[in-house]
Amino acid sequence: MNLKGSQILLKMLEEEKVDLIFGYPGGAVLDIYDQLYKSKIKHILVRHEQGAVHAADGYARATGRVGVCLVTSGPGATNTVTGIATANMDSIPLVVFTGQVPTTLIGNDAFQESDITGITRPCSKHNFLVRSVEELAATIKEAFNIARSGRPGPVLVDLPKNVMAAETEFDPANIKIRNYDIAHKPVPKKLSQVFELLSRAKKPLLMTGGGVILGRAASELTELARKYQIPVTGTLMGLGSFPGTDPLWLGMLGMHGTYHANMAVSHCDLLIAVGVRFDDRVTGTIETFAPNAHIVQIDIDPSSINRNVVVELPIIGETKATLNDLLHFLAEHKYAPDKSAREEWLAAIEGWKEKVPLAYCQNGEIIKPQYVIETLHKVTNGDVIVTTEVGQNQMWTAQFFKFDKPNSFITSGGLGTMGYGLPAAIGVKCAFPDKNVVDIAGDGSIQMNIQELATAAQYNIAVKVVLLNNGFLGMVRQWQELFYEKRYSHTDMTYAPDFVKLAEAFGIVGMRITKPADVEKALRDAFAVEKPVLMDFRVSREECVYPMVRPGESLSEMDLGTREMIN
Amino acid sequence: MEKKEHIISILVYNKPDVLARIAGTLGGKGYNIESLSVNTTTQYEISKIVMTSIGNQATISRIENQLQRLVDVISVDDLTNVESVHREMALVRLNLTDDKKEQIKKAIDDNQWKVIKSAENYLILEITGDKTQIDLAMARLEPLGIADITRTGLVALELKN
Repeated sequence: MNLKGSQILLKMLEEEKVDLIFGYPGGAVLDIYDQLYKSKIKHILVRHEQGAVHAADGYARATGRVGVCLVTSGPGATNTVTGIATANMDSIPLVVFTGQVPTTLIGNDAFQESDITGITRPCSKHNFLVRSVEELAATIKEAFNIARSGRPGPVLVDLPKNVMAAETEFDPANIKIRNYDIAHKPVPKKLSQVFELLSRAKKPLLMTGGGVILGRAASELTELARKYQIPVTGTLMGLGSFPGTDPLWLGMLGMHGTYHANMAVSHCDLLIAVGVRFDDRVTGTIETFAPNAHIVQIDIDPSSINRNVVVELPIIGETKATLNDLLHFLAEHKYAPDKSAREEWLAAIEGWKEKVPLAYCQNGEIIKPQYVIETLHKVTNGDVIVTTEVGQNQMWTAQFFKFDKPNSFITSGGLGTMGYGLPAAIGVKCAFPDKNVVDIAGDGSIQMNIQELATAAQYNIAVKVVLLNNGFLGMVRQWQELFYEKRYSHTDMTYAPDFVKLAEAFGIVGMRITKPADVEKALRDAFAVEKPVLMDFRVSREECVYPMVRPGESLSEMDLGTREMIN
Repeated sequence: MEKKEHIISILVYNKPDVLARIAGTLGGKGYNIESLSVNTTTQYEISKIVMTSIGNQATISRIENQLQRLVDVISVDDLTNVESVHREMALVRLNLTDDKKEQIKKAIDDNQWKVIKSAENYLILEITGDKTQIDLAMARLEPLGIADITRTGLVALELKN
């Protein structure tokens, strides 16, 4: 059967069971959009290409499937770069299709030409420029395979206009590509070493990261922790991989981690880290990270091992299969924790928790941002998928919202992309129309991709934006307060649109909440309407995120921000 | 840890931008490539890249891991710690000026250098050897007046698989 390139593209998307793409048309992709016009595949028209990538990314994080977007050449393509880099840092599987000028014009500085494969080479897992229609089908199949195999990541496929118009024989049953799956190799010797280390350990600790969620290993990790009573801390990307309401959960570690999580890391004698890469926000000073511990690291990617923290026992493998092997090995060899030592260890952690609990003080007439987040949990019973923007809103969410399930906390961890939360929430809501989806935002971040409110309005994608509006770029302001003697250089954002009117102008519901007493009712009202809602919570302007490990310090030396606690 | 030169042999799929990916990966992470050579293998779709980089063992391991992540990289081997042979090549053009002519001819005879092009007023030598041998030859040629020179990167082959 002879088909045009644009037809082959859509056939291949169907082969890959793609039901939804986020995109924005343009000159170089007219042929493709003409095919989409007749296709069953749903297309969401975003208002900026960055929004398309973040939406596909949110869809991917919530479903575990590959997110797909389609944009035109030149500026359409370059607008995807921040989205691709965001997905790359957090290992999110995406396939981004970009239009390109005809192959005959490539290199000519043609209208809307950009060397997008060159530009995205360092910030994608892989990319392709499709040079002829004959290689199109196999390239698309490879792109999806590369995106989801091993350590996942974004793959860009650049589609020249003439390749989309050219015809070739298409036979989906006869497309041959390389095998990108990594076969799981059991490592019994290493498992017995873990067994030895666990048997000797008096203060073991599990550390869970994004690799546990991506590897669908949350239930194995939870079983390991609960069966053997091992306390668990996690990175920002790991939140939800172990139930946040379980007594064994210590909360996040690192710069804005809980005091007891950081003290547990600093005092443990065995740290089993699963699906993490020891980012600098997590470790504090490397030299004093987990100074008393033997460290075991389980990860699918060899380049994550010994990169920052030198580990004693690295195990390279899929998190799910490896944890399964470990569970079997421990059961078979009848591992039993030393009961009294374990009780002592858990009691020590409880002591740290009682000494410095996560706290804030909601008194007076000014809303505290943490109170909004806790009330959101109460109103939804935690049954909600939360995206965030970046900054204080993100850290307070990580601290105060107890995530019980994987794929329910969706945030730009590695790159820290402001403007991520709203389009990501749109992507999530498209995947799960019956779920409550909330973007916890700041007044700085929300303005970076606020045009996507039009997307939400057009398709009635009923996301709820919880805007913690303090009139500042809050996290930068916090650092200016702590390290620059309160010289608030260009962080005051008091000049902002009237968000309620803005929401209404976009055709969605806008609400303004200024009193603590109105917070709960506002949230309940917002979830009661089947429309997108923006809630403008006017919150305490100079609230800081505490506790905090100051840059260059150890996890054990936290700034507890006592002033804030007492106020 | 001790810093030294490591010879890294990389098998890759012969794709148009594979070299850009490798160079970009290393440059972007702050690792320096000292020398580089790219060659075909017996299989058309596979190329071999031999590069040298200076660093301690930990740095070199990171380089290997970073390269291994690239989709078009098949394998990465550090040849420094296995038995292998190494060669480089230099092409040198010497001007045959009246005052140096005799010295040059004598040096060529003494060192058994290979003359691959000879004309009335210049000649071109081909010199192969390991790095030390080439450096030594350069030192000897220097006083004779090198008009121009081009050197390859290093190629290396393991004695056994």
